[in-house]
Amino acid sequence: MKKLISEFTKGINIENPTFVLLLGLCPTLAVSSSVNNGLGMGMAATFVLLGSNIIVSALRKFIPSKIRIPCYIVVIATFVTIVELMLKAYFPVLDKSLGIFVPLIVVNCIILGRAEAFASKNSIARSIFDALGMGAGFTLALVIISAIREFFGAGTLMGYHLIPGFEPAIIMILAPGALLTLGLLIGFGNWLRERG
Amino acid sequence: MDLAKFMTIAISAIFINNFILARFLGLCPFIGVSKQTKSALGMGAAVIFVMTLSGFITWLVYRYLLVPFHLEYLRTIAFILVIAVFVQFVEAAIAKLSPTLHRAMGIYIPLITTNCAVLGVTVLNVNMFFKDDISVGFSFAASLFQAFCAGIGFALAMLLMSGIRERLDLADVPKALQGVPIAFVVASLMSMAFLGFSGFKF
Repeated sequence: MKKLISEFTKGINIENPTFVLLLGLCPTLAVSSSVNNGLGMGMAATFVLLGSNIIVSALRKFIPSKIRIPCYIVVIATFVTIVELMLKAYFPVLDKSLGIFVPLIVVNCIILGRAEAFASKNSIARSIFDALGMGAGFTLALVIISAIREFFGAGTLMGYHLIPGFEPAIIMILAPGALLTLGLLIGFGNWLRERG
Repeated sequence: MDLAKFMTIAISAIFINNFILARFLGLCPFIGVSKQTKSALGMGAAVIFVMTLSGFITWLVYRYLLVPFHLEYLRTIAFILVIAVFVQFVEAAIAKLSPTLHRAMGIYIPLITTNCAVLGVTVLNVNMFFKDDISVGFSFAASLFQAFCAGIGFALAMLLMSGIRERLDLADVPKALQGVPIAFVVASLMSMAFLGFSGFKF
């Protein structure tokens, strides 16, 4: 059990997909203009990650190693299509604001990376915890980045105004703000690790 | 088919909505392979090539396979498979036909399968150019052209970035920011410069 817990926590801290492994950066930057979008993208990616890790782990003895990458991609694309249709049906507003990045979950390297590096070698139970941990780490990173950007760029958090009279800088909501926030956050992480 | 529409597509895909700096597609190769101008050029050329041809193939698949059978919702699966197979095929073909070219761009080609810019441009094409009031001919030409221009925009951003990063090696950067973090800060400044293009009006 202790091992399973450590599979979960490693995704959040020492192997955080965004800040440490630098995977899945495109959706991280593109949808992090507000906390709601970030949370929605994090949940969608976690769902796909969980589904693909379970299936890949269950089939790991049957998939021939030569064609494993196309097999993984088909599994992942299937779950992405499920998410796409579910978002369209139940959360049309979120679907609109995530836009093209919903189908692009397919090429999110976190998911293919976990299928290849973890799920194809480990039992289903461990793969589930790995997926949940990586998903949580990804969602956490998205929420941190989007909270910073939403606060400085729009003066709100999850749509609520925080400080009356605060003049937001629109640039943080636009593309440059995303790149700047991520660069400085990674630098901050490096600085923390250097110190201790 | 008027020229103005194509001009708009070109300016928009290369500058205003630059795939890397405005749409955030294809950041992994942008950060990963932009340390030297030579490799950035190789990657840029490979992406232009694969993007244009993927735009061509996925248009055919969508128009003549998915639309007639009402399978539009299978778009994501169909496109990523077509692109993956196609990229493998291109790599084999180049290795056979032109070993020199293969040495120059060979190692970048497998990486392109998971480059979200390629899948991104095909999905965008479908979103933009499959509407009732757009003729088949224009939709085809525009899709192909947009894929090509998006590739050019990608290569341009890669090239600029690699030039800056080569010089950045000589600069005195704080230790915690060295490498990837400073690359992002540079990209942010470049993206700010590209924001200037969004004032363009036709």
